[in-house]
Amino acid sequence: MGPFVPDLISDQLNLVVALLLGIGFGFALEQAGFSSSRKLAGVFYGYDFTVLRVFFTAAVTAMSGVLLLDYFGLLDTDIIFVNPTWLMPTIVGGVIMGIGFVLGGYCPGTSVCAAAIGKIDAMFFVGGGLLGVFTFGELFPLYDKFYASTSLGAIKVFDSLGMTQGVFAFILIAVAVGAFAITTIIEKRANKTSAPSFEFKSGKHFAAGIAVLALGVLFIFMPNRKTHLINEVSDARYISSHPVNTMDADELAFRIVDHEPKVRIVDIRSAAEYAKLALPGSDNMALRDFFSKEWAPLFSQRHVKKVILADNETEERTGYLLLQKLGYENLAVLNGGFEAFNKTILSPSAFVPVGTRWDNDVRGFREQARTDILKMIADSKNAGPKVEKKPKKIQGGC
Amino acid sequence: MNTKYMNPYLAGFLLGMVLLATIFITGRGLGASGAIKDVTIAVMDGVAPAHTEKAPFFNNYVGPGKENPLKSWLVFEVAGVFIGAFVSGLASNRLKFVTEAGLKVRPKLRWLFAAIGGALFGLGAQFARGCTSGAALSGMAVLSTAGFVAMLAIFGTGYAVAYFARKLWL
Repeated sequence: MGPFVPDLISDQLNLVVALLLGIGFGFALEQAGFSSSRKLAGVFYGYDFTVLRVFFTAAVTAMSGVLLLDYFGLLDTDIIFVNPTWLMPTIVGGVIMGIGFVLGGYCPGTSVCAAAIGKIDAMFFVGGGLLGVFTFGELFPLYDKFYASTSLGAIKVFDSLGMTQGVFAFILIAVAVGAFAITTIIEKRANKTSAPSFEFKSGKHFAAGIAVLALGVLFIFMPNRKTHLINEVSDARYISSHPVNTMDADELAFRIVDHEPKVRIVDIRSAAEYAKLALPGSDNMALRDFFSKEWAPLFSQRHVKKVILADNETEERTGYLLLQKLGYENLAVLNGGFEAFNKTILSPSAFVPVGTRWDNDVRGFREQARTDILKMIADSKNAGPKVEKKPKKIQGGC
Repeated sequence: MNTKYMNPYLAGFLLGMVLLATIFITGRGLGASGAIKDVTIAVMDGVAPAHTEKAPFFNNYVGPGKENPLKSWLVFEVAGVFIGAFVSGLASNRLKFVTEAGLKVRPKLRWLFAAIGGALFGLGAQFARGCTSGAALSGMAVLSTAGFVAMLAIFGTGYAVAYFARKLWL
């Protein structure tokens, strides 16, 4: 599952990867004609809409790819870099860049491409870029507060607009295809002699537009994989129709006291509850963390029984069934949930005799287990806070 | 030799696949202005290290315990962009030292405005945390709000001011 940084690709190797991907980036930009300032500026005057075509096609292609890879579980979109939003600085910066685009005829990436094939104006643009960064830094105290203002975090555009990911993807695709059609008409009128669109094979382009729109419609009905799977295994009917293995509180207590290495407790209660009282050797995580690479080594040990622990058994079953759906084996839920364990083992008045001849043994066992487990909990608390295992977010951005 | 440009939709698809591969392999997007920033800081650190290490903003990037700013992902990526564009120009027979400008614009004026445009991009990209590549394109690919805001601000402003700069291009 992607991304391969930082687990499979080291920081050093990542620089080589950067160079190779950059070569692909530069090649594609240059082939598109982005090494020509007149072509780039044409988008603002209607005589050449190449920028719009390339830019939106690239954005839609990459976005669709990310959605599909996520849906098929091939890319962990929870850890990839999502550009954080500083709303006002982004708007102001964008306005400044927009003026720079019209005056300079390039943007930074395209200016490097153009300089590479010998465009002298592009070399001046790159030089100007260095000067711009220098000026920004030297004047930084003037606007350091503004620079850090309206920080909204790594928010997603569909959340900002209050719609689902799929609906937004469809709208973006529809807008792109619509813009392609309209700008082609404008371009042919504004530039009767050399509009690039005169060379388009309209039949093929029309068919491609329809195909892309169909993909967009598909996105509307394609749910986010993680949310979808969690919803599916949370459904009451799904839970009642899928049997699970169980372990009762006495057995779990025995395994804990015994330090049994072949049993691991997966505690899916909230972090706050976990901080208050955690069973020895247990790991705390949310359902969504089941998808992350961080926990895969634990879940994939087939000889280790993973006991799911939650406040009640229904939540445990949801966790169990989710792990099962993800292909993990050797699972169990704790009978009656943590509540039952608390009542039977951890409470002083735990034992209620049922009138059998084992009553005394059971009482003895539970009292011993309670003492031992509480001691283990106290010991681990004294040992200091547990290192929290959090999926690593990737850093990026300019 | 064919010097014609690739069909823009095909080129856009290719570009999108490169961006997708970048996200899939490295978990981050492409960029350009970040490399310009790193080079600026490296030059400043070479010329006036004492000033650079004390100056606000720049001191986030240089100083004791910090990597050389040139050893950054984006500097390597943009070095690749240079190579890739050169190879493409070679393949399509477009390598030539030339100044490209609007029909009525003399080269020196074009150079001046190119430098001004570059400076505005260098400055604006710091506020927006990226340029057309790093903020707008890469941001849109991962559906970040910042990406769409940056795209709308850049192109919206471009259309708004294009009329006043028409003599540069038409």
